[in-house]
Amino acid sequence: MTDKVNKTKSEKTTGSIISRRQFTAGVAAVGAAASVGPWYIKNARAAEPLKVGVLLPRSGGQAQIGIDCQRGADAALPILKDLGYPELKFMLADFETKVDVARTQTAKLIDEGAHLVVGAFDSGATMAAAQVCEQRNIPLVVNIAAVPKLTGMGLKWVFRNFPHGPMIVKDAFVNQKALFKMTGHTPKTVTLMHVNDTFGSSLAGALFKLAPRFKMPYKIVEKISYDPYGRDLSAEVRKAKASKGEALWVVSRLNDAIMMTKEMVKQRFEPMGILSTGPGWYDQEYMKATGKFGDDVISLVPWHDSNKPLSKTLEAYFAKHHPDRQVNPNHTYTFEGIMVAADAYKRAGSTDAKALQAALRTTNITNNVTTAERITFDKNGQNPHVKNSAVQNRGGKNLVILPQSAAVAKPIWPMRPWKKRG
Amino acid sequence: MDFWTLANALATGLLTGLVYGLSALGLSVIFGVIRIVNFAHGEIMVMGMFFALVMFRWLGLDPMLSVPLAAAILFVFGYALQSTVISRVAHLPDHMQFLLLAAIAVMIVNGSLLIFGPDPQAINISYSFDSFDIGENLIIDKTRAYAAIAAVAISGLLLGFFKYSRTGKAIRACADNYLGAQVVGLKVDHLYALTFGIGAACLGAAGCVLLLLIEVHPYLAPGYTLLAFVIVIIGGLGSMTGALVGGILIGMSEALAAIVLQPSMKSAFSFGLLILVLLLRPQGLMGKSVK
Amino acid sequence: MMGVNFLADLTIKGKAGLLLILAILISLPFWSSSYIISVATITLYLAILGQSWNLMLGFAGLLSLGHALFVGISAYLAAYVFSVLGLPPVISVFPAVLLAILMGMLIGYLGFRFSIGGVYFALLTIAFAELVRISVDHMGFIGGTEGLFLPVSEGDRKGVDLINLRGHPFMFYYLAMVLAFLTLAGCRTLLKSKLGYYWQAIRDDQDAAQALGINVFRYKMYAVIYSSGIAGVAGVFYAFYQNSLFPESVFGIERSIEVTLGPIVGGVGSLFGPVLGAFILTPLGEGLTELIDFLKNSGIIDPKLKLNGLKLLIWGLVVSLIVLFKPRGIWPWLSDKLGFCRTEGD
Repeated sequence: MTDKVNKTKSEKTTGSIISRRQFTAGVAAVGAAASVGPWYIKNARAAEPLKVGVLLPRSGGQAQIGIDCQRGADAALPILKDLGYPELKFMLADFETKVDVARTQTAKLIDEGAHLVVGAFDSGATMAAAQVCEQRNIPLVVNIAAVPKLTGMGLKWVFRNFPHGPMIVKDAFVNQKALFKMTGHTPKTVTLMHVNDTFGSSLAGALFKLAPRFKMPYKIVEKISYDPYGRDLSAEVRKAKASKGEALWVVSRLNDAIMMTKEMVKQRFEPMGILSTGPGWYDQEYMKATGKFGDDVISLVPWHDSNKPLSKTLEAYFAKHHPDRQVNPNHTYTFEGIMVAADAYKRAGSTDAKALQAALRTTNITNNVTTAERITFDKNGQNPHVKNSAVQNRGGKNLVILPQSAAVAKPIWPMRPWKKRG
Repeated sequence: MDFWTLANALATGLLTGLVYGLSALGLSVIFGVIRIVNFAHGEIMVMGMFFALVMFRWLGLDPMLSVPLAAAILFVFGYALQSTVISRVAHLPDHMQFLLLAAIAVMIVNGSLLIFGPDPQAINISYSFDSFDIGENLIIDKTRAYAAIAAVAISGLLLGFFKYSRTGKAIRACADNYLGAQVVGLKVDHLYALTFGIGAACLGAAGCVLLLLIEVHPYLAPGYTLLAFVIVIIGGLGSMTGALVGGILIGMSEALAAIVLQPSMKSAFSFGLLILVLLLRPQGLMGKSVK
Repeated sequence: MMGVNFLADLTIKGKAGLLLILAILISLPFWSSSYIISVATITLYLAILGQSWNLMLGFAGLLSLGHALFVGISAYLAAYVFSVLGLPPVISVFPAVLLAILMGMLIGYLGFRFSIGGVYFALLTIAFAELVRISVDHMGFIGGTEGLFLPVSEGDRKGVDLINLRGHPFMFYYLAMVLAFLTLAGCRTLLKSKLGYYWQAIRDDQDAAQALGINVFRYKMYAVIYSSGIAGVAGVFYAFYQNSLFPESVFGIERSIEVTLGPIVGGVGSLFGPVLGAFILTPLGEGLTELIDFLKNSGIIDPKLKLNGLKLLIWGLVVSLIVLFKPRGIWPWLSDKLGFCRTEGD
């Protein structure tokens, strides 16, 4: 085992000298780790903290979500330390909400010595980062990204503790049925609006593929895709209104969620309700910008389980450090991403990539915060246990309404008309 | 597709188009007179948007009230830019002028990035969520209506200035006959700088009213530069009424395309129109022959 | 011999300079870092594109602001057939380049047929590039906005597989170098051929050339064909070097503008200008990034300070200064100054 580990260490090309040797002579032969170079030995010292590259959209269109994710990562440091995990050192990278920058930033993180990368919230950016990590043999722990392909194309260095598109959609169907049954109001038609990017179109694709299997009581009458760089969503909302779908299903981001809400109010578009399977609509920033009009939106997303002990710790941390914020999936999944990395490092006992990869494959964390019963990874690197809940915005708070076992409030459905809000 | 959906879409398109027209006017004036293609067009307009944002955040000023101040400041900026920098490249080939203005555009984008950061920022004013009802089924949102009214007023002022004022007439004389203008003793350099200043002021005003409709961020600019090009080419590069007509045309056709086709295809429609106009009527719908 | 011809106009000093640069480039992987290699690879790639763009403007007088279109469609085609059929780039480069050329011919034909010149031709190229970008956004089979991803595997960066363009970064670096050199030599040969003299005659005085019986349309078309063809080759390289393609980041107008900067800064219409321009601008950008990082890390400026944009701000300033003070580009001035060339501006 050690021999194998050593061999890969020398293959990991963080410094030019190693890569040159590898290129000219085929360094597989350079077996003994000790022969390679002094900085490398330093790398292997177990006492050295694990360098975790944290790749997020810290600027550009998704900046606020990226910064929100970082809050979860920051929370992980003190909490994991108290739990006895080894020390981590963050290397922060920003992909500026641009997929091609995600590629170059990941390469730069690895060049600068990151042992493992956590990221990257956006599906397209995560795909780009995954390819770089795969080629450079560095583990990528995905905090948030739903595109199914990520764990469906045989990548060996990608580990995702987040539901992929079909998982989100299946759970959404189940929760919608429960919601309609509970409230006695079932829409006969639904309009879908989705952002035309990797995440949006892959989720929309999954939705259309799975809908017949779940025998949903409604028909999807219109599918409206809109430009992620769109300046103005008035035409999109108008088209949705004209489609006459009784309920609106949205897959979007934060800024577009705000714009869409404004337009809906202005155009007096009053669907039975807004169902979201994506970020944005549950965000603190969304509720702040839309006020009373942000209420009653239902997000069908992977939430956390407030009854778990670690959730209580995390909530206490947020109450102390971010009293104006509630714990949301941006925080919990980035937190768990860091936790997965720390856990793998603890068991690997080394910062070596191959050892980390092997440890990640045998991950089995039960003391987690989200509704997944445990964190494990199947052979594709996907955690099959992740579950989605239904969460409703009410007076600036996110209240879990489904599944009933975790519910803290009764749903309001249909939503209250715009004009009849306090 | 029922009638009222179309009517609402067209009304919104018309109002947006008027704002587009005001912005394109700034490009058209500069090209028509100085024969410089302002590749920093959208960037200068975004400067106006940021200015209105600062005034709103700092003094709580409604963007509509920032219009005169933004226009004045950008007028000075435009005047200085033309007289100190752009006048020096007038004799250089097209691509060098393009490069200089593109470099200026890069500096504006990144300067605003440095100051304001990259995140989209919106303003929330008391009427952000309000609309007017006209009759039973026509709903016009307030911000858009106000923005369009302002755009019409400013465009009217500008057209009047060029038509009736002495300076306006002198500038038109320069545009029509450069040599002749010099012969009769017009200070051409000054008039050129004035023109660039007026074009920039136009953009400042357009930026302020645009802030009512959309969020501002530094990367917004290149898209608007392209859009303005599409509009003025379609309307006729150098023709002022052409810019307004082009703006309305693009505003309405985008609104229609979004309803009839997929919304994310709407700008493809404008570019298709641009190619057609370039091929079939390169002087634009309202332009005089440019060759 | 191409090589001999290629060096003919250089003085002894010029040859020595060229040799020195070649020596530095060839030895670069042996003493620099992997980061510098990645910067150098992109620089060489831009030098190839600069040469291609320069053919169109410098030799046929056509200002293209949509060059990313030729690169992009070729990159997409090669990447698509590789990911679906497994067709190696060695083969797909032919249809890919053909596609780029056909697109070039279409735009060129329309431009000439309707006599659209100058800024109007530039806008025509922008409009085509944008139209294709938006169309690709909506083409599900090549990924649309989701992006097109080439299959990668963990062993990719070992060894050298030129057939499938899979291998160590050094392979890409040397490949880019060879391509850049071939482009340079090819353009040189073209320019010194009969075709090149026709181009120069057309560029200097189109009417006179026409009067002399030169078929202006045909020769301009040749320039467009060579230019888009070279861009097509670069596109295949780009696809396999980057492994993922997104419409916005492939066809975006910034990409087209990026292509034009090197030759304009280096000197339009000269052979070494585009190369020099690329080697000034890319390292300038990266150097500024490194400088800002260094200043932050060493505590000279507050590390918390957000300096996004500072780099490009300075970069824009440098480009403006070049336009204002060296409007013919750096290369003509430099080669005069250092006595590199016998014929000026080449």
